[in-house]
Amino acid sequence: MTTTTRPAEPVTAAAPARRSGPAGLALRQGRLEIRQFLRSRESVVFTLGFPLIMVLIFASIFDEEIAPGVSYTQYFITGMIATGLMTVSFQNLGIWIPIERDRGVLKRYRGTPMPKWVWFAGKVIMVLVTGVVMTALLLAVSVTLFDLELPTTTTAWVTFGWVSALGVTACTLCGIAISSLARTARSGSAVVTPVALVLQFISGVFFVFTNLPSWMQQVAALFPLKWMCQGLRAVFLPESFGADEPGGSFELTRVAVVLGVWCVIGLVLCLTTFRWTTRRDG
Amino acid sequence: MSDDVAIRVRGLRKTYGGSPAVAGLELDVHRGEVFALLGPNGAGKTTTVEILEGYRQRDAGEVRVLDVDPANPTRDWRGRVGIVFQGTGEFDELSVAEVVHHFAGFYPDADDPDKVIERVGLTGKARARTHTLSGGQKRRLDVALGIIGRPELLFLDEPTTGFDPEARREFWELIRDLAAAGTTIVLTTHYLDEAEALADRVGVITGGRLVEVAAPNQLGNRQEALATVSWRTPDGTLDSAQSATPTALVADLAARFGGEVPGLTVTRPTLEDIYLTMIGHR
Repeated sequence: MTTTTRPAEPVTAAAPARRSGPAGLALRQGRLEIRQFLRSRESVVFTLGFPLIMVLIFASIFDEEIAPGVSYTQYFITGMIATGLMTVSFQNLGIWIPIERDRGVLKRYRGTPMPKWVWFAGKVIMVLVTGVVMTALLLAVSVTLFDLELPTTTTAWVTFGWVSALGVTACTLCGIAISSLARTARSGSAVVTPVALVLQFISGVFFVFTNLPSWMQQVAALFPLKWMCQGLRAVFLPESFGADEPGGSFELTRVAVVLGVWCVIGLVLCLTTFRWTTRRDG
Repeated sequence: MSDDVAIRVRGLRKTYGGSPAVAGLELDVHRGEVFALLGPNGAGKTTTVEILEGYRQRDAGEVRVLDVDPANPTRDWRGRVGIVFQGTGEFDELSVAEVVHHFAGFYPDADDPDKVIERVGLTGKARARTHTLSGGQKRRLDVALGIIGRPELLFLDEPTTGFDPEARREFWELIRDLAAAGTTIVLTTHYLDEAEALADRVGVITGGRLVEVAAPNQLGNRQEALATVSWRTPDGTLDSAQSATPTALVADLAARFGGEVPGLTVTRPTLEDIYLTMIGHR
């Protein structure tokens, strides 16, 4: 090992942060989480690559109009942004936290004087950064290749901001909560992936929502993804398309309420069920 | 509670699903001593230690660890207690140096991470990802994380499992160094030679109780135990006798054989003999 020719990794990067305040600890934790994420090839490919590949495939295959002046491509891309936000938060955390728990990483953090919230803050910072990068990549590809138009009004950008933020918050909290269902490192993905896939099919990502059977629409309306998609359509589709939504408008108030309720549900589940150790550890 | 007591336990009880794991355990560990907990699997060692570390809640009893009830651990207390868990941890995509530097940042008065890495003998592996380490090397990383905060009290739960004999000797030297510097050490182990080599006092747990506490050479009145003298008779069979005065017996035998006694051995019960008797295996 002493003769290694690999460039030095930034091992001393953490040193100046020592004796830093709680905010410094959280940033340091976030940096470590991002570094871990970037080094894990499968999570980078899965998290950032999946939505991109889906957009490239679907937007290239289908190009018909689903309403006057609204192409399927535009509809699908907004759905994929919502899906991507769910992937970086809900799936990413629901799959990786059980692995870290199983490997004793969480138990070891818990034995240090680190305030508990710092660990969660690290995860949130990682989710936010990957979410922003993923959204930017998707938008760049969609604007360049598929004629997606970026919002032109401040109101639309503000809507984009709060729908994404609220959606990511709800999905992050639910991802942390669902991580406690997995009994082993491997089962995280078995618990989370089917939930995410089913939600994608019934929430108006791959199919136009109003074309789905009404019972399916009603089931989807209980979960956050449908509302994230609808909120983002309000940002990227013409205002006239609101009339084609199931409620006759984009229903932004309802979007906020449902996502807000899921934040509360997720938070309560996190606080009551989160485990630092595996079941066999007791 | 006086200043020279690091751990005080009275009437500790913990029950899992109706069967008691710890049943009225009493224990005192003095500051600056190396205390070894011996006991068969399922005797309550790890449960006891994890209650002392603040990982498990007790059902009844009084516990003070460095003057704090570990059921309500404070950050300050976590900073004064070092923990090396049973089993190894893995920080997947991070290198040894990154993990140790990162954990150093959680402690108010952390040791120099590079020195700690050297101390546990991982300098050559400092840039290696933790999942590429051997079992023994992972244990060394755990030890590094246990001592990075310069703890006043260090828990070691079966620390040398998976070590080769040389690594075990090196580890013992490290423990002696820490003890010489005033660190209180509580270790659980299956290896009686380890307890004998390191511990000032040994406590034997069986059936959830501490059945005896003594210096290793005094456990089970080992010093007063009868010596066994054995020798070969002229017709080739082995004879032996137990004696409180083995020297006299040997002199007597020497006279009888007119010089050299064939196949002569004089033994006292080993710590293992005493221990196995105590836990009811002999």
